[in-house]
Amino acid sequence: MSYIKKPAARHPSLQPNKLGLTVRDYEGSMSTLCAGCGHDSVTAAIVKAFYELDTPPHMVAKLSGIGCSSKTPTYFLSGAHGFNSAHGRMPAIATGAAAANRELTCIGVSGDGDSLSIGLGQMCHAIRRNVNMLYVIENNGVYGLTKGQFSASADIGSKSKRGEPNTQAPIDPVMLGLSLGATFVARSFSGDKADLVPILKAGIRHRGFALVDVISPCVTFNDHEGSTKSYLYTRQHQVQVVEADFVPPASEITASVAAGGATQVTMHDGSILSLRKVASDYDPTDRQAVWSYLYERQRSGEVPVGLLFVDERGVEMHAASKTVDVPLSKLPFEELCPGRAALDALQDTYR
Amino acid sequence: MEPTNIRNPQYFHKVVDCQWACPAHTNVPEYIRLIAQGRYADAYLLNRESNVFPGILGRTCDRPCEPACRRGRVEDKPVAICRLKRVASDLRGDIADRLPRPAAAKNGMRIACVGAGPASLAVANDLVPLGYDVTIYEKLPVAGGLMRSNIPAFRLPERVLDEELDMILGMGVHVHYGAPIESMKWLLDQGYDAIFVGSGAPRGKDLEIPGRHETDRIHIGIDWLESVAFGHVEHIGERVLIIGVGNTAMDCCRSSRRLGGKDIKVMARKPRRYFKASPWELDDAEEEQVEIVVNHEPKRFVVEHGKLVGMEFQRYESREEGGKLTQTPIDTVFLPADDVILAIGQEGAFPWIERDIGIEFDKWGVPVVDKVTHQCSLPGVFFGGDAAWGPLNIIWAVEHAHQAAISIDARCSGRPLTDRLPPGMNLSSAKMGLHEWSYKNDYNPEKRQKMTHVALVERFKRMNIEVEVGFDAEQTAREVERCLNCDIQTVFTDSLCIECDACVDVCPVTCLTITKNEEEPELRKHLSAPATNPAQDLFVSGPLPQTRRIMVKDEDMCVHCGLCAERCPTAAWDMQKFDLIVPYARGTSAHNGNGNGRLGSGARRTQCNGK
Ligand SMILES: Cc1cc2nc3c(=O)[nH]c(=O)nc-3n(C[C@H](O)[C@H](O)[C@H](O)COP(=O)(O)OP(=O)(O)OC[C@H]3O[C@@H](n4cnc5c(N)ncnc54)[C@H](O)[C@@H]3O)c2cc1C
Ligand SMILES: Cc1ncc(C[n+]2csc(CCOP(=O)(O)OP(=O)(O)O)c2C)c(N)n1
Ligand code: SF4
Ligand code: SF4
Ligand code: SF4
Ligand SMILES: [Mg+2]
Repeated sequence: MSYIKKPAARHPSLQPNKLGLTVRDYEGSMSTLCAGCGHDSVTAAIVKAFYELDTPPHMVAKLSGIGCSSKTPTYFLSGAHGFNSAHGRMPAIATGAAAANRELTCIGVSGDGDSLSIGLGQMCHAIRRNVNMLYVIENNGVYGLTKGQFSASADIGSKSKRGEPNTQAPIDPVMLGLSLGATFVARSFSGDKADLVPILKAGIRHRGFALVDVISPCVTFNDHEGSTKSYLYTRQHQVQVVEADFVPPASEITASVAAGGATQVTMHDGSILSLRKVASDYDPTDRQAVWSYLYERQRSGEVPVGLLFVDERGVEMHAASKTVDVPLSKLPFEELCPGRAALDALQDTYR
Repeated sequence: MEPTNIRNPQYFHKVVDCQWACPAHTNVPEYIRLIAQGRYADAYLLNRESNVFPGILGRTCDRPCEPACRRGRVEDKPVAICRLKRVASDLRGDIADRLPRPAAAKNGMRIACVGAGPASLAVANDLVPLGYDVTIYEKLPVAGGLMRSNIPAFRLPERVLDEELDMILGMGVHVHYGAPIESMKWLLDQGYDAIFVGSGAPRGKDLEIPGRHETDRIHIGIDWLESVAFGHVEHIGERVLIIGVGNTAMDCCRSSRRLGGKDIKVMARKPRRYFKASPWELDDAEEEQVEIVVNHEPKRFVVEHGKLVGMEFQRYESREEGGKLTQTPIDTVFLPADDVILAIGQEGAFPWIERDIGIEFDKWGVPVVDKVTHQCSLPGVFFGGDAAWGPLNIIWAVEHAHQAAISIDARCSGRPLTDRLPPGMNLSSAKMGLHEWSYKNDYNPEKRQKMTHVALVERFKRMNIEVEVGFDAEQTAREVERCLNCDIQTVFTDSLCIECDACVDVCPVTCLTITKNEEEPELRKHLSAPATNPAQDLFVSGPLPQTRRIMVKDEDMCVHCGLCAERCPTAAWDMQKFDLIVPYARGTSAHNGNGNGRLGSGARRTQCNGK
């Protein structure tokens, strides 16, 4: 943990975005994580994504649970709203925040422990409700904060720092998300910002639940030989399946985006998502085919990465609940809570 | 790009922008840290090692270090390096027992110096402790050269000058005052082992336009300042025109202000950005209500009945297109004046060097001097300071002297003059604990401190009231924190890097990139922030273990905060203190009788300088 603040000095060539903010205005306080933790790189990617999307920081809600990964919202967007929930309970808090103020951009940051062990049920229901949020799992195969016990994402045979292999089958958030009907599913690597940043941007803009599983090595407890979540192992086994390009509404589509073999998905706000398939037989909009493809590749030891699946037709929570367009938090109290008489009238309809 | 060779001391030296820009390579960040710790005497002595006159230079240096200072790129204003040097000098206390001493035994070599300006004095400073017997011949009755005769006492108090000259003269240098050398032939015949010519550039340029010789109220700037310095001139008319806008002009106008001048104009031919004077000297002059008039070219002196009444000028309109200045004449104007001072430049003058003794002169009458050895075409005769290549400044005179002293020492030791030690370095880790360093790595956003000046009325009372008060304790404490410690280097070990990106992510000024290797022009474009300052190097690592990509650092903006090293899990980045080892004259270890031979008649001149 560094004792000094990050110097205020910045590179003079840093360009302000449409709000007049530079990328440094999207930072938070200094990280207290271990030096070299993958989570810090994910933080840097999140900072970049929000800066590039010209997002006003005060319109963002940062939500997290408990774990090293869950500490990271402190390290980005110091101007945003934030809530650290109890362990594994972030999805419930996020659901509440998204319900109360639909104008907020919700980002949840969680860990493999936080989401796949204690919070597994919570996460499943947030997916099922299709809460409009970006949900980032910083996946390192261990409980980093409590000193490196295997988590539910640890692969069979992956060795602990003391050399003991894991024997229980892993829960894979990507496969889980696909089977639960998530409308946006991606996997990336903290050490590959060129892949991660466009995925995060698309996930922020996706209307509905955007699940991003980021392999984010724990440099202290799970970066040794024999680990399947180390920097080296991930680099050696990652296979880029889809390259995503995120093009905000009304911008010119560059040649690289329009290149052949790319599937173009128009998002709700008019942004264009260009998905270039590295594997020619891959269709990122066919849920069943994606599931089978990933199942095969993962069985052969590969770590497929990219924006793996997207479906812009999903119905997110507010639409499904037919709530009013005005955020609930902005409704006058009398409208939000119309009183005894209105309740009686409603109940009468059920008699 | 090829991996950077960080074993070459010049790589890290260049990162220390101020030290790189200083002609004498003063170790600025180290002396600023010493000041921060209250170790003023240590700071003074460290300065003295390279620049010999910290008290004088702390007030008068041309300070090429300041425009080079990194802080000026990161913010807008550089560290007040020069002012801090003065703090070290003012607060150093008694250091008499820590100064260099003359050698216990003489080495038998006799060296003559012409002129007692900073160049010759610095030669003596380097050679006397090595056992040389140094004799200086000085035309004037006092030592110091232009520092005494031209730099006014309101910028450089006599006490400061005397103290620092005495440190050298007190080692037992023989000075013959009032002893102009009128013949080089004669000097060569005195049997010295080497001669150093430090006679300066003593001739002020004249302005031959109509009326020049019809009055005695037109003065040559450097001669006039000398007369003022020695008390021969105590008054000047109320209306004064200074022709020229260099540093001499600034001293002339400010001196005039103290000697009765009321309406003082400095006349420039070109617009302001073409002025030679340092910006701070212009500011100081304007603070004293001197008017600076641009786009005026002198046409003639107007003299009526033998009395100067003023001058006529051609007025121009200036336009700049594509960086090129065009001036079109508008009209002619008359400006009244009681006195005119010409401050349009200086040149060397060597009427005392016979042209038939083997000293070659070029077509402009300037001696041909080797840029490295400072030797002229006559072996054993060396030039330095303003005498070598025309007027420069004090710090250059000092650096010339160091180099000439190395040559003289080599000559007297029978070594070839070209056998010069390259600069060396020491690198040592600055790590003291987990995230603790032997320097203060926290960035302090403090602004540059302003120098306090003596009130106008007060300062004009006497010629020798020093205008600058010097930094007080509070200002010093703030200013030292502005130094970015550029000598604490980021040292990278590629084999340790696991490419976690921590350093790249944390760097506040976006200097680091992990990328694929390319040629420099391409690489410069593809970094985290484009490297647009070609004057600053890129550090390029060897291939990294996991992906064979490379680590690139653009040295331009690094604030030496050490965060890359703090966030690196493997200590692939380390902060290491860099010490430049500057070679000086080292003494005649391999004594070989008369070295390369005595000069003059009876000398073994054939042996000349070794090859
Ligand atoms: C008005 C003015 C202001 C300046 N201000 C600054 C400043 O603020 N900062 C700065 O860095 N530089 C300044 N300079 C420049 C600086 O003073 C010179 O560059 C520096 O003094 C050169 O040193 P030197 O030893 O080569 O020669 P000088 O200082 O010129 O010394 C030469 C000495 O040789 C003597 N001499 C000459 N001929 C003979 C001879 N034949 N026999 C014996 N003795 C002889 C002269 O009397 C003189 O004492 C200024 C110059 C001028 C004119
Ligand atoms: C209710 C509760 N149970 C257990 C814990 C102990 N605990 C803290 S963090 C953590 C696991 C965190 O793992 P993960 O979410 O993967 O985060 P990481 O530190 O690996 O980023 C556990 C079990 C707790 N804080 N609260
Ligand atoms: S313990 Fe692991 S996960 Fe936690 S901060 Fe350290 S490296 Fe990151
Ligand atoms: S010391 Fe390291 S982190 Fe700090 S500015 Fe320099 S390169 Fe960047
Ligand atoms: S922090 Fe260290 S290990 Fe990580 S990328 Fe930088 S130099 Fe390499
Ligand atoms: Mg974890």
